[in-house]
Amino acid sequence: MTDASQNAGPMLAADGTPLKQSLARSLRRQKLRALMLVAPLLLFVLFSFIVPIASMLFRSVENNIVQETLPLTVEALQSWDEHSGELPGEAVYDAFVRDMVIAVDSKTHTRLGSRLNYEETGMSSMFRRSGRKMGKMDPETDGPFKEQIIEIHEGWGEPNTWAVIKTHSPAITNGYFLNAVDMRRTPEGAQSQPEDKQILIKLFGRTLFMSLVITGACILLAYPVSYLLATLPMRVSNLLMILVLLPFWTSLLVRTSAWKVMLQQQGVINETLVWLGLVADDARLVIINNQIGTIIAMTHILLPFMILPMYSVMQTIPVTYTRAAKSMGATNWTTFWRIYFPQSIPGIGAGSILVFILSIGYYITPEIVGGTKGVFISNRIAYHISSSLNWGLAAALGTILLGVVMLLYWVYDKIVGIDNVKLG
Amino acid sequence: MTDTNTDAAFVEFQRVQKSYDGENLVVKDLNLAMPKGEFLTMLGPSGSGKTTCLMMLAGFETATHGEILLDGKPINNIPPHKRGIGMVFQNYALFPHMTVAENLAFPLEVRKLDKSTREAKVKRALDMVQMGEFGNRRPAQLSGGQQQRIALARALVFEPELVLMDEPLGALDKQLREHMQFEITRLAHELGITTVYVTHDQTEALTMSDRVAVFDDGRIQQLAPPDQLYEEPENSFVAQFIGENNTMEGVVKSIDGDTCLVQLDDGSEIDAVPINVHKAGERTKVSIRPERVEFNKDRLHADAHTLKATVKEFIYMGDVFRFRMSVAGNDEFIVKTRNAPDAIRLKPGQEIEIGWLAKDCRALDA
Repeated sequence: MTDASQNAGPMLAADGTPLKQSLARSLRRQKLRALMLVAPLLLFVLFSFIVPIASMLFRSVENNIVQETLPLTVEALQSWDEHSGELPGEAVYDAFVRDMVIAVDSKTHTRLGSRLNYEETGMSSMFRRSGRKMGKMDPETDGPFKEQIIEIHEGWGEPNTWAVIKTHSPAITNGYFLNAVDMRRTPEGAQSQPEDKQILIKLFGRTLFMSLVITGACILLAYPVSYLLATLPMRVSNLLMILVLLPFWTSLLVRTSAWKVMLQQQGVINETLVWLGLVADDARLVIINNQIGTIIAMTHILLPFMILPMYSVMQTIPVTYTRAAKSMGATNWTTFWRIYFPQSIPGIGAGSILVFILSIGYYITPEIVGGTKGVFISNRIAYHISSSLNWGLAAALGTILLGVVMLLYWVYDKIVGIDNVKLG
Repeated sequence: MTDTNTDAAFVEFQRVQKSYDGENLVVKDLNLAMPKGEFLTMLGPSGSGKTTCLMMLAGFETATHGEILLDGKPINNIPPHKRGIGMVFQNYALFPHMTVAENLAFPLEVRKLDKSTREAKVKRALDMVQMGEFGNRRPAQLSGGQQQRIALARALVFEPELVLMDEPLGALDKQLREHMQFEITRLAHELGITTVYVTHDQTEALTMSDRVAVFDDGRIQQLAPPDQLYEEPENSFVAQFIGENNTMEGVVKSIDGDTCLVQLDDGSEIDAVPINVHKAGERTKVSIRPERVEFNKDRLHADAHTLKATVKEFIYMGDVFRFRMSVAGNDEFIVKTRNAPDAIRLKPGQEIEIGWLAKDCRALDA
């Protein structure tokens, strides 16, 4: 018999401490041990993955450079109305000279020029050309500066130049994200890019569409192979498995280059078709440097990622289910469609997620066989990272890509349920 | 040995052989005929060919040689889904992505029955196994015993004339197993279905079946009703396999009609019934059930041969006493006696004389 007061309170351990507390204490050592075991990996991932990624993603909003290089100018511009259509007063020019003298001295003015050039073409050369002369000025004795500076470069006499500087002066900006969705930050607020510069949304759409096509193609090709793998006798299925994995063990670059050889106009496929007379010599198929090339090559490359999860799920479907269905009078087709297929869906789901997410961020293959029409958003990111050096835009594009993948993952979880996904 | 009354046979195996690799026969020359409504159990150790026989009957394996007849018609070339045979699998094989009711409706759906008939039949089948409340559950939400009942109902719902069961109670605990044994035999008899039941559990075989076919080495060693199988085993494999058994080896000294004299290897002589020994000088294994051994002298025939025995161990089992004795050089000789009010409790080390009726002691093949 327990009395009522004891029942109402928290459960107590034998020594009178609350049971929860003493349970936690007894588990602490175990948890600590587990933490120690994962610590090396955790630290490795933290410093080689999470920290760099986070800092990269942060670049998509970071915009300190204007404030740091032209602190006095930015302050002086606060009192200037960029909508007035008039040039700022002498105070701004005076501040600008003081900033530039320091900037030229530390050679940071060219970096600022490139930064602002993303927003307004021509800014880079303006800063570079004006730098030398302005660096020699003495802010205390050479004023007033307004006329002198406009003399150096007529760009400084345009109200728009100052408007751009003011618009992009905040330390945290949404400018890169606006750029990433084909918009830009202007003194009048966010506006669409001119039409000839709108390519990124289209590229996002194409990336998603082609990833879907590749995933679909992989499902169709992988399903029968996985079924065979799971049902054939061990010896034969091991052989088949080696055939599936063989391309997996070959270098990605080698396989992609092989596709280049296969697909080009004078390549193996076209030559064979012409030789067979199926295609006229002057009407060779264009299957490289476009979307078809990318889809063919990527389907081939990602196929094992579809086959392996499908196979591991199908392997766990006992043969007794199909036997039971047949003993109850179901034909082979009914047995497959009503009994086997529903149970293999988790494998399809797992393979699809894997292939889709891999392909949405794929880079090498579209770069080699995709030409201009078959490239993905990741190729654009790579371009901004290594050629145009607009890391902020690259980071914004990467962040959006990550967001899209997570969103799709969430949608997938709502529709299919991530618990239904088995990788083995 | 086997019943070959083909006129009344509903299921018949004629000289059936099966080989998987072309070198070894898993089933060697199987002949078996079952009348309609019989409950037949195929009993044997694993690898004896009993499951292969069942799979051949269901159509999942093809016979390498010979004919299998169902209701007089050869079925070798009929695919499994056209045979109309109900089947219960060892792991139940309930479709995990369907509810219980959907599982039961499946065989009716593929037979294109309309919805109301389907529902009525499913309900009746569920009630039959006392699972009427569980139609909307998923198989994973049921206990092992409940899943077993559903599997049974599913095999019966389309009213097949023949039902095959492949070790259906193997995964249940002892108490549930005993209950289900009773349930299955009751249903089989009530519905008048012909049942082929495969098991390696001899108690199950004895308690449930009309006849038991004991398989070993790809052959039927004996096909008989349970009592005959237990009391009159025809060879030493059956004697060993069914129930507990004491075996002593020796040589036949003389045969006189339905009794023979066997000299055991230690020189002592006993009476036995000659089953498959035919002439003096043959080696034999004599077999005697532990509960047929008598050590109460008053109950033995005056002229019965007796053997000296030393009690090695006394095991109290509640309803019976079990003694391990050393008899004729055999240390594992078991004697059982009922825990009656006048039962004698022998003590280890005690030396006694044991004997039995000659008809309980069978001289089998060596």
